[in-house]
Amino acid sequence: MKYTYYPGCSVKSTANLYQESIDAVVSDMGVELEELDDWNCCGATAYMSVSELMSFAISARNLAMAEKFHRDVVTPCSACYLVLNKTNRYFNDYPEVRKKLGVALEAGGLSYSGNISVRHILDVIINDVGLEKIAGLVSKKLEGLNVAPYYGCQIVRPMYYGCGASEENEEGFDDPDDPVCMDRLIEATGATCVKYSMKTKCCGSSLMGTEEKQALKLCRGLLADAENNGAHCIVTICPLCQLNLDIFQPKVNSLFGTKFNIPVIYFTQLIGLAMGKQPKELGLERLAVKMTGPMKQILQGA
Amino acid sequence: MLKREVVYESVLDHDFLDEIYSLPGGNEVKKCIQCGTCSGSCPQGAVMDYAPRKIFSLIRAGFRDEVLESNTIWYCSSCYTCAVRCPKEIKITDVMYALKRIAIKEGKAKEGRKATVLSKNFVRLVNKYGRNHETELMTRYILLAEPFNALNFVPQGWRLFSNGRLPIMPHKIKNIEQLRKILKKINELGEI
Repeated sequence: MKYTYYPGCSVKSTANLYQESIDAVVSDMGVELEELDDWNCCGATAYMSVSELMSFAISARNLAMAEKFHRDVVTPCSACYLVLNKTNRYFNDYPEVRKKLGVALEAGGLSYSGNISVRHILDVIINDVGLEKIAGLVSKKLEGLNVAPYYGCQIVRPMYYGCGASEENEEGFDDPDDPVCMDRLIEATGATCVKYSMKTKCCGSSLMGTEEKQALKLCRGLLADAENNGAHCIVTICPLCQLNLDIFQPKVNSLFGTKFNIPVIYFTQLIGLAMGKQPKELGLERLAVKMTGPMKQILQGA
Repeated sequence: MLKREVVYESVLDHDFLDEIYSLPGGNEVKKCIQCGTCSGSCPQGAVMDYAPRKIFSLIRAGFRDEVLESNTIWYCSSCYTCAVRCPKEIKITDVMYALKRIAIKEGKAKEGRKATVLSKNFVRLVNKYGRNHETELMTRYILLAEPFNALNFVPQGWRLFSNGRLPIMPHKIKNIEQLRKILKKINELGEI
């Protein structure tokens, strides 16, 4: 299975551990990710706050360049996933947006039909590779490990084709409030998926830069719910969620007097561990909150 | 909070509603039934001057300055929970983006001073390199928005750097000229 890969800026820097784990696990699954040559930033949330049409235009450059390969575009980042899909949606739903974007792309020697489907790597692993195949790749069952499944917000937004929703299939492959696909994936690794009612609640995203106290408060809620449900770690799919919960966890502790010590890892790192890959190969040594305590003991015993 | 106790019809800005209506999908704002699902769903509702339901009410009544100068629009973290749940399918998050843009353009973003610095410098870096460069973005943000609070950012920066997660050099795309041509054309065509 071959896809056009759109990494996004985060996995090239603060989320390089996500990329390392993706590189370590996808080939065994029979997934080939060919990076889109010369891709540019999707614009994330910040560009859209300054100029909407320009943010759609920079997104559309990526989609236009991807079109000639006639393959689905796959991204590991929830923000890129939402923005690229939102660009598609506006491009297809609003003729004036389509017209202006068409003219602008033409100025750059490009054209776009609006037909490229953008998918999250979680969707590909769940629906194209399949849980059965994943279970078959597990060589080291993660028995005894309690995992909180954290989806974050932007992956489950069907009105922008999130969760694989489309004109024909408005619901997509999972629920916006209570998605379960990653829960099943966690179970396939032999780990226990704990109840996690905060699974789609916001981590504060870029408010961590501008309104830090508010974002830290949201992170405290996410960490507390994981701890209260007995989770040894939180598994996520989004670079910004991981950054906020991992890098800022000591700050949550100092501000609120809590003692959280919960590693926050990517779902591809969890799969890699179950496949018997080494922590270093999976980028796990780059975590700020290291895998100490119960998680380490369980992994060593597994 | 509302500054005026008695508001006269003559001081309200009824063109504000037209501005919002003219956005792609902005027409949907008419359909708001004031059910409050958005406010109840918003993770930041409790710290906003007006949670989203009130913002829609204020937009429709013409309270232009109150809306644009409120902290509400800057607390929106784009989680889109309200937009997913809105029974009238109003693109609430996108209306918040529109309000951010109008406030920035008109210099009314005093509650969003820091967010404006962050967004504008993000745009600047993307236009310069074609990609975001997180190290430069954070450095510029700290110097321009919170210079006296710089020490506050050190522990987090160190945690990233010491774990090899903070690249020093930016990556510039090869065909940055193409990206600039596209943006220049949009500039000529004008926003939607």
